[in-house]
Amino acid sequence: MKKPLTHIAVVGFVMFALLFGSTSWVQYVTADSLNHNPLNNRQVLDQLARDRGPILVDGTPIAYSEPVDDKYKYQRKYGSEGLDPRAYASLTGYYSVVSGASGMERAAGDYLSGDSDALFYDKVGSFFTGEQPRGAAVELTIDPKVQKAAWDGLGNQNGAAVAINPKTGKILAMASTPGWDPNALASHDTDEARSAFENLESAEGKPAYNRAIGGNLYPPGSTFKVLVAAAALESGDYTPDSNLNGPAALDMPQTNLQIKNSHPGACRNGGKPTLADSLAESCNTSFASLGMDLGEDTIRKQAEKFGFGKELEIPLNVTPSTFPTDLDPPQLAYSAIGQYDVKATPLQMAMMTAGIANGGKMMKPQLVDRVLNANTLEPISETRPKELSRPVSGDTAEQLTQMMTGVVDNGTASVAKIDGMKVAAKTGTAQHAKGAAPHAWFISFAPSDDPEVAVAVVVENGGNAGSEAYGATVAGPIAKNMMEAVVEK
Amino acid sequence: MSQAPSQVARPRTYRLAELGLMILAIAVATSAYALVGLGVEDTVPANVYGYAGWLAALGLVLHIIVWIKAKYADPVLVPIAVLLNGLGLAMIYRVDLGRDEYQGSAMTQLVWMTLGVGLAIAVIFVVKDHRWLRRYTFVSGFAALLFLLLPLVPGLGKTVNGARIWIGVGPMSFQPGEIAKILLAIFFAGYLVSYKDQLVAAGPKILGIRFPRLRDFGPIVIAWVASVGILVFERDLGTSLLFFGLFVAMLYVATSKVSWIILGLGFFSAGAVAATFIFSHVGQRVSGWLNALSPEEYNKTPGGSYQLVQGLFGMSNGGLVGTGFGEGRPNMVPYAESDFIYASFGEEIGLTGLFVILLCYLFIFQRGIRTAQQLRDGFGTLLATGLSFTIALQVFVVVGGVTRLIPLTGLTTPFLAQGGSSLIANWMIIALLLRISDNARRPVEDFHTGVLKITEDPEPGSAGASVQAHNTDERTRRSEEPARRSEEEAPTTTLGPADEDAPTDYLGPAGGER
Repeated sequence: MKKPLTHIAVVGFVMFALLFGSTSWVQYVTADSLNHNPLNNRQVLDQLARDRGPILVDGTPIAYSEPVDDKYKYQRKYGSEGLDPRAYASLTGYYSVVSGASGMERAAGDYLSGDSDALFYDKVGSFFTGEQPRGAAVELTIDPKVQKAAWDGLGNQNGAAVAINPKTGKILAMASTPGWDPNALASHDTDEARSAFENLESAEGKPAYNRAIGGNLYPPGSTFKVLVAAAALESGDYTPDSNLNGPAALDMPQTNLQIKNSHPGACRNGGKPTLADSLAESCNTSFASLGMDLGEDTIRKQAEKFGFGKELEIPLNVTPSTFPTDLDPPQLAYSAIGQYDVKATPLQMAMMTAGIANGGKMMKPQLVDRVLNANTLEPISETRPKELSRPVSGDTAEQLTQMMTGVVDNGTASVAKIDGMKVAAKTGTAQHAKGAAPHAWFISFAPSDDPEVAVAVVVENGGNAGSEAYGATVAGPIAKNMMEAVVEK
Repeated sequence: MSQAPSQVARPRTYRLAELGLMILAIAVATSAYALVGLGVEDTVPANVYGYAGWLAALGLVLHIIVWIKAKYADPVLVPIAVLLNGLGLAMIYRVDLGRDEYQGSAMTQLVWMTLGVGLAIAVIFVVKDHRWLRRYTFVSGFAALLFLLLPLVPGLGKTVNGARIWIGVGPMSFQPGEIAKILLAIFFAGYLVSYKDQLVAAGPKILGIRFPRLRDFGPIVIAWVASVGILVFERDLGTSLLFFGLFVAMLYVATSKVSWIILGLGFFSAGAVAATFIFSHVGQRVSGWLNALSPEEYNKTPGGSYQLVQGLFGMSNGGLVGTGFGEGRPNMVPYAESDFIYASFGEEIGLTGLFVILLCYLFIFQRGIRTAQQLRDGFGTLLATGLSFTIALQVFVVVGGVTRLIPLTGLTTPFLAQGGSSLIANWMIIALLLRISDNARRPVEDFHTGVLKITEDPEPGSAGASVQAHNTDERTRRSEEPARRSEEEAPTTTLGPADEDAPTDYLGPAGGER
């Protein structure tokens, strides 16, 4: 019996060795990644017990912590007088005792909690003064007036609106509807917080998706024609006055499909419109044939220069927009008018618009303006404007600006006219599923000659107008109000 | 040198060593209790002296009883049990303080501990020689079955978290399976030691493996199938795994049949795989284990990985040295005071603290196996193996589950976890190991009859001429004073049939008492 007994001893020792190993694995080897797991709400709790810094918009908090008498010590609250927490939910995100954090609460979490290395000197200071270490305040680039225009304009329609300062890349507004109230998720009653989270995840219209930067990417429709026009001008083979082939209906090679214009009949100039005219009246046939002439690679390269297919953090994560590959001629024709598998986020379209507005220099979009000491409000760091890329030359940008101004002056985007200044714009009405109402798009910037704001708006499924929707009628007024909120200061 | 003098020094009893370790254990447990109060409420618990006194009284009474009634018993077992139990009390108290409503569960557990120590003392008194238990082999077997069946009795059994392993009388509830564990170990040991020769030698050979005759193997198969079957009906696969491991380990030690073990493990694996498909709760446990960190599993209610993952987060939060008592958030983990008490410790006393706890269990196991190796009777060897392996396996199943080494099953952490039945059962196991180790190290003349004094080689012909001189020498010495083998001498491998087959009754007391 002695030999098998030794074997049993060995089996036992091996079991214990495995336990020593697995315990070390959890407590030491993978401890760091477990501590930073998105599901791990202990970090949240540890930080909840600290005085987390506020998120500010123009000096007013839209997320802040208030001392309370429970185990979490601080209650996170959202919104302020005149600042609807639902309008800012896609920016702030939530900070929950059961579900962790999202949005800026997560992306700027290290600053807000005071964990960031950038706050080192502050921390040393509070160590010596014996003060309770406090998280830093994060001030956003958002302009509450523009944000309100976007939020009010979208109203009960699902969609998104983004406004960017073309010269600095600062994001002045970023709204996504339907909105939601982060206060419900911040409840310290875990059942309440959990059911609020479940409601958010399962609610109709998927409010948890930040439609401006991620979630469901929209086909950009005719707004994409601006990008195709840019590719044509950059190729050197075209000018705004080049005549294109724009019949009432364009036969697709290899199929019996036809691309038709959204208005009956041929394009301007008896079916031979100029590039500028094609953009002004959003001619499908001329851009479809232009796209086939330019070729898939030329258009994709131009799209990538504008940021398609690239990861971006603002510091929220932006889903890369896509231009499809391996297209046959009909697919390429549809892609050239922003249909088929072209998908773009509203932020991407706003970036492109801002890049054109800024003379071909595309600035990196930013959401964080400054990080401040939460007690003294002294700046700790300030975000500097950063050039992201040069998607088009200054000349091309100038020509595109002229052409887009023409879209407002004598084209489909007349709705965006603002008294006393030139405005550049492009409409889009994107088919995305058989039988479904189209997405209404509008991109614009103003003033044309010295741009202060670039805007992209999308209203899903035509919004309240349904299948009667056009980009100009549904998304246009929202964009106009947002631009006015900037220029009429 | 081959003829050792008959009046050699007696083996040391190590009672003072036990006392020293006991004082240390009580001091550590009391400090933990005080630190919990300091950490959570910023003040030492008001009843700390009463608490320390009670703990010390329990430990010292047990110490004195062991000194009187089993003075050659292993000196490490009781202090380790007191230490683990005391640490468990501190953590139960800590988790209780973290609740919205204080329930006084540490005091309840202290009452259970008192009962457990009392029963341990009773076992030491009643079981004067472990071989006495062999008489009750079949009684134990039937009793074990009865205990296992109790929760299935309508009106008596209670279902808690899907497992019908409880019986409830009024406000009291009890897990009879914990006691059945000990009874089964006694049954297996008694049965296997009597029938191992028939099991091994007789019977048909199939595919090169000799199978025992059904009539030899029958009772064991019945006991095993019944216990596992009942557990499947009671939906508690952790205990099922535990019983199966106990059975396989003891069968292997008794018969040395590797092929049976492989067959057994094969059957069990097949059964386990089948169970994951047949029983939804088992399947959930497995998928919650494999994909624990996926949000789908984490958010799945019921049956997701929430508890497991929360435990992991707690442990990772503890890191190397822990947050300190009262500084962590063990209450975030469901059942932080029972099933997941290991994770609670991990959070607050860190990896280093968990290593100490694991080492404590390792010591219990090692002392149990060492005792089994020292014993000359097959029954004792099997029983000591079974009992110590039970503890090791139970620790493996529960800690492995909590640390995501294996799928999670509902077993209690011996001595630490809140729960009376488990605590009582484990104290009784310690008492049996004390009794067995006392017998293993007790000099022959101390066996009380004085009538049977062994002076002759019990195995005729074992000192044959063909055996090497050294072996002969050793064997002669051992056969002359078989009970005096000190730890240094205890060989593990070179033993001949004299040890393997040392009959249980020739040594006297068991036979003498009959």
